[in-house]
Amino acid sequence: MSQLAALWSHPDFQFVFWALVKILIILHAMLGVVSYLIYAERKVAGHMQARTGPNRVGPMGLLQPAADVLKLFFKEEFIPDGANKVIFHIAPMLAVIPALVTFSVVPFGPTDAFRVTDINVGLLLFLALSSLGVYSITLGGWSSNNKYALLGGLRSSAQMISYELAMGLSTIGVLLLSGSLSLVDIVHAQEKMWFAVYQPVAFVIFMITAFAETNRAPFDLPEAEAELVAGFHTEYSSMKFGLFFLGEFANVLSICCIATTLFLGGWNGPWLPDSLKFLWFFAKLSVLVFFFIWVRWTYPRLRYDQLMDLGWKVLLPVSILNILVTALVVFWRGQG
Amino acid sequence: MSLPAVVPLSWYLLLSAVLFTIGVVGVLVRRNALVIFMSIELMLNAANLAFVAFARDLQSLDGQVFVFFVMTVAAAEVAIGLAIIVNVFRLKETVYVDEINLLKG
Amino acid sequence: MITTALFLAFAALLVGCSLMVILHRNPVTSALFLVLAFCSLAGIYLLLQAEFLAMVQVIVYAGAIMVLFLFVIMYLNLKRDVEDGMPHVLRRFVGWGIGALLLIEGAVYFGRRWALGATLPEPAPTVGNTAAIGQILYSRYLFPFEITSVLLIVAILGAVLIGRGRVAPVTPPEGSS
Repeated sequence: MSQLAALWSHPDFQFVFWALVKILIILHAMLGVVSYLIYAERKVAGHMQARTGPNRVGPMGLLQPAADVLKLFFKEEFIPDGANKVIFHIAPMLAVIPALVTFSVVPFGPTDAFRVTDINVGLLLFLALSSLGVYSITLGGWSSNNKYALLGGLRSSAQMISYELAMGLSTIGVLLLSGSLSLVDIVHAQEKMWFAVYQPVAFVIFMITAFAETNRAPFDLPEAEAELVAGFHTEYSSMKFGLFFLGEFANVLSICCIATTLFLGGWNGPWLPDSLKFLWFFAKLSVLVFFFIWVRWTYPRLRYDQLMDLGWKVLLPVSILNILVTALVVFWRGQG
Repeated sequence: MSLPAVVPLSWYLLLSAVLFTIGVVGVLVRRNALVIFMSIELMLNAANLAFVAFARDLQSLDGQVFVFFVMTVAAAEVAIGLAIIVNVFRLKETVYVDEINLLKG
Repeated sequence: MITTALFLAFAALLVGCSLMVILHRNPVTSALFLVLAFCSLAGIYLLLQAEFLAMVQVIVYAGAIMVLFLFVIMYLNLKRDVEDGMPHVLRRFVGWGIGALLLIEGAVYFGRRWALGATLPEPAPTVGNTAAIGQILYSRYLFPFEITSVLLIVAILGAVLIGRGRVAPVTPPEGSS
């Protein structure tokens, strides 16, 4: 017992313990939000298409995600002949892990209790994790030993790495204005005015590249049903497909969290005390996620060459111009 | 046996040496041009590790700036090297370095 | 104490993955082990207080260069390596022999020269690691920085030109030896 007390009084141990508690809470909360995101998407899609969406399972269809998960668990899981078994198993896990790790640096509220940690290169960590997210699709497509899956996988990874450039460059404008890579500092720098107002071009580019990074419409050619059977997840069934699906929505949620932090002022907002400021964060997050769902069911799909043209010939030069203009403005303001 | 509180410099350099040796063995032993290329990247990273270890030990950031340049050059080199390998594959249908012997007398 | 334990864990992971890179027969598995090796190296950079370099290591090496490797391996549709025959056994013998020699030399040299001495205490950082690197990069190392950007443009042009290949394959004329 006294050993436990001695261990507890060690400051490092306390730090690790509270970090683990926060990780558990945030991870569970975000995973719950992700599963209900799927329900929200189907409901919103339904109403946009003049129908109700799921309303049978539970009151207003609220138990639909549980039904979906149970169905996926009970499906037969088969591995295609000639597939690389180890990589076939790992690829869906690689889809979820980078998205969930992003939640460790997102500041939900003003104090330390509302975020797992604050590292001084938080923005770079987000960019690094989105770079790692390419692997799940590439490996999933390749390990299925299926031409359509391989094509879908390679197309999708080419799309993701092309749009990663524009995404990274569009966040540099934010970096110039806030002077720090730490996400908490960036939120603090937006106390007077959101960066979406100062950097409208960067905000638009970030949102467009966010759609491309998460393989959501109108950039979802790699998983288009009519084009490539089902793209990189053709051969995946049961819970592995469920993991890919979960990974896509977790990606959407994490990118929206980052967009809220970088451009919409994070937890800043009037009227609420510090301990409730995270409600502002979730309000802005909901608006962005609704926007994601809205765009998916409104716009037609881009063809692959149109997609690559947009990424390289339009978004990349515009984001570089944005950096130039922002840097000039910051320099002149610093002079005067 | 208790571990030292601070990792001494020689441990980092030893790790860098081991990594470099593994890279050298990879280049010498493997046939596949792509695996040889990967071993070259291992050697570059071993050098990077030595740079960063010295940068911390001598309290100078010059080492880290040099690592930055090494990474950039490595990226450029990989891009061109892979383009060359793809071209050679189109010509000879192989990536094994001992089968690419057109210039042999 | 924790730092040392973490260093030993990352170092073991790094050496293990590097060995698997050169030992495994399937090039895709080698590439994936190399990605893991790069990520553990990024962890070691974090222990050396080089946060910017750790993140850039993941973004550039693990996130871009290795993706390029994987693309090429999948595009060329490479299967398991076939390595047999006398030349290969000889090559293996010579290769591991030279490696062992290099390792012994390195261990003796580094072990004797820089033994477990005290490292200088770190001064309190005034600016963040990224800001400090930026300050040096754009003042003292401005010229290499500009040259590196020229190098990158040359590399892009070169890769596009080489990768395009010839329009028609070159076939030797009939009757030539």
